[in-house]
Amino acid sequence: MDLSEDILQYILSGLSTGAIYAVIGLGFAIIYNSTSIINFAQGEFVMLGGMLTLFFHVTLFLSLPFSIFLAVLVATAVGALFERLAISPLKNADPLILVIITIGGSILIRGIAMLLWGKDTYVLPMFSGDEPIVLWGATLMPQNFWIFGITLIIIVANRLFFHHSIIGKAMRACSFNRVASSLVGINVKHTVLFSFAISSALGAAAGIIIAPLTMTSYDVGIMLGLKGFCAAIIGGMSGGIGTVAGGLIVGVLESLGAGLISSGYKDAIAFIILLLILFLRPQGLFVKGDTERV
Amino acid sequence: MLRIESITKIFGGLKALDEVSFTISAGEITGIIGPNGAGKTTLFNIVTGIYSPTSGKVFYEGKDITGFPPEKLAGLSMVRTFQGIELFGRMTVLENVMVGLHTKSRSGIIASAFKLPGHVREERRIRERASSWLEFAGLADLANTEAANLPFGKGRLLEIARAMAIEPHIILMDEPAAGLNSRETSDLADLIKKIKESGITVALVEHDMDLVMEICDRIVVLNLGHKLAEGSPREIQEDEKVITAYLGED
Amino acid sequence: MKQELLKFFLFTALIGIAPVFIGKGYLINVFVFVGIYTILAVALNLLLGLAGQISLGQAAFFGLGAYISGVLTATHAVNPWLSMVIAVVTVGIIAFILGFPILKLKGHYLAMATLGMGIIVYIIFNETVDITGGPSGLSGIPHLSLGGIIFNSDLKNYYLVWFFAVTIILLSVNLAASRIGRALRAIHDSEVAARIMGVNARLLKVQIFSISGVISALAGSLYAHTVTFISPTSFGFNVSIELLTMVIIGGLGSIYGSFLGAAILTLLPEFFRTFQDYDIIVYGLTLIVITMFMPGGLVRGVPLLFRSLFKKEPMPQSNEKRG
Repeated sequence: MDLSEDILQYILSGLSTGAIYAVIGLGFAIIYNSTSIINFAQGEFVMLGGMLTLFFHVTLFLSLPFSIFLAVLVATAVGALFERLAISPLKNADPLILVIITIGGSILIRGIAMLLWGKDTYVLPMFSGDEPIVLWGATLMPQNFWIFGITLIIIVANRLFFHHSIIGKAMRACSFNRVASSLVGINVKHTVLFSFAISSALGAAAGIIIAPLTMTSYDVGIMLGLKGFCAAIIGGMSGGIGTVAGGLIVGVLESLGAGLISSGYKDAIAFIILLLILFLRPQGLFVKGDTERV
Repeated sequence: MLRIESITKIFGGLKALDEVSFTISAGEITGIIGPNGAGKTTLFNIVTGIYSPTSGKVFYEGKDITGFPPEKLAGLSMVRTFQGIELFGRMTVLENVMVGLHTKSRSGIIASAFKLPGHVREERRIRERASSWLEFAGLADLANTEAANLPFGKGRLLEIARAMAIEPHIILMDEPAAGLNSRETSDLADLIKKIKESGITVALVEHDMDLVMEICDRIVVLNLGHKLAEGSPREIQEDEKVITAYLGED
Repeated sequence: MKQELLKFFLFTALIGIAPVFIGKGYLINVFVFVGIYTILAVALNLLLGLAGQISLGQAAFFGLGAYISGVLTATHAVNPWLSMVIAVVTVGIIAFILGFPILKLKGHYLAMATLGMGIIVYIIFNETVDITGGPSGLSGIPHLSLGGIIFNSDLKNYYLVWFFAVTIILLSVNLAASRIGRALRAIHDSEVAARIMGVNARLLKVQIFSISGVISALAGSLYAHTVTFISPTSFGFNVSIELLTMVIIGGLGSIYGSFLGAAILTLLPEFFRTFQDYDIIVYGLTLIVITMFMPGGLVRGVPLLFRSLFKKEPMPQSNEKRG
């Protein structure tokens, strides 16, 4: 293999993990837009997706599609429950308090997962075999195509939901103006609950499609969550195509960095991007700077 | 004292202020009035360094202070109060005023942590002066109450006492009477007059017309980001444009 | 004022005679760690409790202090006290420089940035194998010594660590009650009003961030010289969360509370062996429950709880406002 084939390989696998970050990032953005909260527990739903699918499929011998369905369902329920128990009672709290609560929720969920499944690392079977596909010299797994396909579906569905369904439009209205929304009869409480449910489902889905490639364990949520956040912040927390681009950028840079520089620093790359964005362009890469407040 | 020179502020394409100019004279009480959305609070935020203007300049005591951050303006003896009162809720009433003496003291981190003698003396002095400002605002008996537990009217007074502690040359008050009942409002009027008598220039944004007409020496009227009129209370009351703006033209 | 001084002397006396009751066994070693974590929790509390600025990267400063001290002494044979000074000063400078861009951020963004900083530093500890020894750690760090006394026993280390811890507590209590402390608390409650009062919030936040880093680095250096072996896992993300939990347990802004939090979380695993398997569940639950139901932490919360139990006063609800 020559260098250009290597690079193609890195880019393709980077796009694949980047797609996962994008989906996780969408979850961050959805909650942020309805509540101004950055949900530190977002990554745990990614972990739950993978671990629950594994549990239903491998431990309970359910079929893979049914296991996936149940895993998303349970993760969504956990997300909704978390919102009801910990977020909703603290509606007008100091952001500091909300940060602490979501961190608490995050490690609580992680701890329970550790209690249930131990500290071992598991592999979820590939959705459709492990026969590699060679593409211009780069090797891809069929699972990569599942990732691209499902991510695309999620992005389109997300767009349709927020721009064309009544609930989705109501949620967007809330993100612009809570008071006005409640005046025109939108139940703000419900939209917050919905946003937690939807982003938990998205996180779980992301965790499920990536688990066959990267393996999964109780603590994969931190890193995946943080990289998803990185995607969201590059996209300016918009939840739109910017987030998707953000995810792909992080995925590709990370993959190139790991391949060409050093695999040990792979995770550091995402965080350096994160810090640079936060320091230099906290409004995101694709948004024009708005009037600054001193 | 304070000269505002063709200030324009644009928020996301919307002109909140358009070429507004006027002057506030030393030792007077100047009222800034206008319907909601006239740009009054935006103007205060620009003067006190919370926003920077899109264009235009602010001069204070002959000096161009455009874009100065609030903490620097405090050092130049300019202070303000807020529409929705911004107290330090978890600190006592006395401590709130002691923060107002921040610019009047200089102990640094080292002196504070090691309780150097100079620091101890300074603390005692700050405490005494803060107490006397509480006296001034009639809050002495509430000195050890947590500020978050104050009734709204008292909170308003505390905010003024805290602002006075920096010994301002000018104090800008953003709707000081909002949320006060008529007795509290008349107490407030007395307090503002007392402040003026001690030689401090006052600028206030206010909706309570009776209060404005009673205490102000001059009035500036803003409407939709423009200066509509300027003059003595009587002139303003008789100004056709002002009357139309307030009553609407439907 | 007098009351504060009395409290401090009582606390110091208690720490001084505690070894009589603890004995010379394993437990005294645990109390050495209580001391180190007390220093770390107080450092975080100055930043989080006073100024209201969260940091999820405290372990980075702790680790930098430990590694600078460890590498200088173990690899380059620098005098341990000198290495401690170098560690503390270097971390102070790093924190000061990083502080400017980091503390421009608020709330959630600040949490994310400090978290990212912590993880990057942790990765560096693991990857710079030539310097730090990587995941397998760095050993052979010498003990500190003073005028012929070598701090090589648990009891000696106890007094060494607690000498620093008690000093840090005194200085922090003084700072919290001072002009600077008031300015920091003012920033916490309303940054804009604090600035209108002439508080240079930007600079003060960076300064307290830097001081918090300095104190954490001191704890790191003490850790390196008492344990004599360091590896990256002692300075990972979990440690930052543990410190956060300690501060929350004791109460935001309560300096002695930080000691209480450090003591509880360090002693618990020793009394309940199984705790180690469930530690993160306990941290998670503690963070949520205390924040929701006892926002002042144990130091303020327990007396309130007693009062409400016996006098039937209602428990005050959190009156935090969105800021």
